[in-house]
Amino acid sequence: MRVNPFALRRACLLVALCGAPAALLHSQENPIAFTGARIETASTPPIGDGVLVIQGGKILAVGPAGSVAIPEGAEVRDVAGSVIMPGIVDTHSHLGGTMNERSGPVQAELRVLDSLDPRDGAFRRALAGGITSVNVMPGSGNVIGGQTIYLKLRRSVDVGDLYIRDADGRPTGGLKMANGTNPIGTAPYPTTRAKTAAIARTEFIKAREYAEKIARAGDDASKLPPRDLSLETLAEVLAGKRVVHHHTHRQDDILTVLRLKEEFGFKVVLQHVSDAWIVADEIARAGVPCSIINVDSPGGKLETMDLSWKSAAVLEKAGVLVAFHTDDPIIDSRFFLRSAALGVRAGMSRDAALRALTINPARMMDLGDRLGSIEPGKDADLVILNGDPFSVYTQVQETWVEGRPVFDISIPEDRKYAFGGDGAGARGPAHLCCFGDSEGGVE
Amino acid sequence: MNGLSKALAPCSPARERGDGCLSESRCSRSGLLFQPRRTVISLINSVTAVVAVCVAAHAHAGGLAVLGGKVHTQAGPVIENGVVLIEDGRITAVGAQSEIAVPEGWEKLTAAVVTPGLVDAHSTVGLAGALNQAKGDKDELDKTEAIQPGLRAIDAFNARDPLVAWVRGFGVTTVHASPAAGSLIPGQTFVVKTTGRGADADALVPSAMVATSLGSPVLETERKAPTTRSKAAAMLRAEFIKAREYEEKRSRDDDKKPAFNINLEVLAAVLRGDIPLLFTANRHHDILTALRLKEEFGFKLILTGAAEASTVIDDIRAAGIAVIVHPTMARPFGDRENVSMETAAKLRAAGIPIALQSGYEGYVPRTRVLLFEAAIAAARGLGQEAALSAITIDAARLIGVADRVGSLEKGKDADLALYDGDPFEYTTHCTNVVINGEVFPGEPRE
Repeated sequence: MRVNPFALRRACLLVALCGAPAALLHSQENPIAFTGARIETASTPPIGDGVLVIQGGKILAVGPAGSVAIPEGAEVRDVAGSVIMPGIVDTHSHLGGTMNERSGPVQAELRVLDSLDPRDGAFRRALAGGITSVNVMPGSGNVIGGQTIYLKLRRSVDVGDLYIRDADGRPTGGLKMANGTNPIGTAPYPTTRAKTAAIARTEFIKAREYAEKIARAGDDASKLPPRDLSLETLAEVLAGKRVVHHHTHRQDDILTVLRLKEEFGFKVVLQHVSDAWIVADEIARAGVPCSIINVDSPGGKLETMDLSWKSAAVLEKAGVLVAFHTDDPIIDSRFFLRSAALGVRAGMSRDAALRALTINPARMMDLGDRLGSIEPGKDADLVILNGDPFSVYTQVQETWVEGRPVFDISIPEDRKYAFGGDGAGARGPAHLCCFGDSEGGVE
Repeated sequence: MNGLSKALAPCSPARERGDGCLSESRCSRSGLLFQPRRTVISLINSVTAVVAVCVAAHAHAGGLAVLGGKVHTQAGPVIENGVVLIEDGRITAVGAQSEIAVPEGWEKLTAAVVTPGLVDAHSTVGLAGALNQAKGDKDELDKTEAIQPGLRAIDAFNARDPLVAWVRGFGVTTVHASPAAGSLIPGQTFVVKTTGRGADADALVPSAMVATSLGSPVLETERKAPTTRSKAAAMLRAEFIKAREYEEKRSRDDDKKPAFNINLEVLAAVLRGDIPLLFTANRHHDILTALRLKEEFGFKLILTGAAEASTVIDDIRAAGIAVIVHPTMARPFGDRENVSMETAAKLRAAGIPIALQSGYEGYVPRTRVLLFEAAIAAARGLGQEAALSAITIDAARLIGVADRVGSLEKGKDADLALYDGDPFEYTTHCTNVVINGEVFPGEPRE
């Protein structure tokens, strides 16, 4: 059966607009073969004239033209002149609204998933930027901000349809932590950096004791401690089941995170890491990955005065696993490719910059075996571009999630979210840590 | 040494020689600092004279030649293998290298692409400091009163703020610095170069426009006016009516002559047409209110922001006004929720004069970079030539300094930006910047 891809895409769009959950959508049973594109796989050298076959939401085969058999009955899409890259993975975003619970500095029991609105236009704009997987996080106003959620940007109004689930069907995610000026405030918030670190240490020591009690109780329910949602979450971190995504900017704050990691042995991704270029060797020695943000000018707060786009290049040379992130809305998700291009501008290799948008962030979220590169068996998350991913003149043409088209620049509604216009933005002011009412003239 | 401190370091002897000029120009211009009854034109002329003296006193021994694979003059076609000759801070010749010889002994700078120094038609750089600390360097907005036209940007501008050097590193040589659009009339703007010497030494126009705004950012939440759009407009109308009466009474020569009023003096100058309003409005109905006020009071108005301008194109065109279009990458929130990357292209296609801007940011990035905003506009319908004009000659015309800057022509200030490729490409670098013939480093590199 040959399917008219355009009609199929329109059908999907209509269904999605009607509010049907993604699970009800037509499953992609018929193979689709993309031919003629340059394929940036993020796991092999680029393939000049490539063939990519997907089926059932997964990548079936990829390779140079002639080396890959196109299955009988496959829909063949000639995309000559295009570039295909893996769906982009964002390790740090606030799509769909987020939270900064202001009742106290430790909020490990909070789940950001309980505060998300998948109807928020930011999801559509992220798809226009080629983003397919996202770590949505709480804000950085707390020492321990809450549980993050790893989402696949399937088209649905139910956040439950967006989860990336583990082998047991549970939603995956990390833990947001922060140091530096953002979590500092007045009591019950810490007023100094030392107190910030002490609060984190105290909580992890409590969590360790909590886990020990549970272990000692064994099968004897009467010896179990009362269930504590916060300590339970931190215990998952201590057990290596949940990655800490740690907001940190200044070089001394970065080293404080490394010190905590050393003490408690948790898995951590350094987030923002504005001074990474100053302490790259220390980061490399600790074997800790960095997810960095490239904003258009340094400053805006005391601890980002030394932010430099060369951080990515310096970390690459030091052998650190590097990703970029949007911190959407700080960087609009539609300009995420541009963030990596600024890394190239400041000396990062193009191959490394491409991996820093795809496979590296996937690895930081423990999802590197499922997504982030174009390899057989992985999720069919794809971006089709009309040119060099790092050129200002290039535009995302199509975004695919698990074998389904979720963005197509030729559809007017999608184009609106890509370029802006009536209804493409947020209903209300930006919130978070970042656009407070103290800003007065924020437009 | 980090990128910022590197960018701040002086790079040529000419810069150091310029320091003596600072005190000289301060003295010469001290009488100018508040004379609202002078016209903008006379102010421009006075400052021009001062700057000319200043530059002449500290001229290069020889001249400077800037050679470019492509020279975008914005005053004619692109010149392949072009050269710009510079003496005494001014451009003395522009043309093909095959036709213009570089005199022996002149300093030479070479780049793949040369453009006029970029002109940011609306910015808060130098006022909204990099540290973003209240009582420190957060000088973009005074909220003590809703209407304060007497406040002047020149009195707050920190020429040595790191962000001034930062934007210069990407080719920005002239900035129209304005208070932030967070109250009805936050004060006067001024036009300044980015050499970093000081507000007076670098000023092109000490008082250029009066910043005025409508929209959500000017509205208060309670007990302080205005809390609604109607009140905001009523307050503006009342103030202009007061200024009109003040102007009439001030001309009297009896005991009923009102005392000098620092705010009404400025609004009277606005009503006379001596100084335009830099009017921030983003929502379509705020734009229409601005036009309604212009109709009532007859002031000159330049619209800025204008996120929803493409929905009221006919009204804007009929009013005969120019638009400084919102930053192309403006976040789609609040009054700018319907912002489009194609606004500039649409307005220009409708025949409305436009320029681009870095605008104002309350957090990060503390300043946007004009070059980057233009790059996105170029790629989203505006095109490269029009986008470059919108940040050079068109911007200079719009803010009234096209006689000095904005294009590479004989007799104009020697303000140039040098790039190692297409200036709009993400991975191109700005390699050098020239202001008044003085050479500065480009963007921070390793």
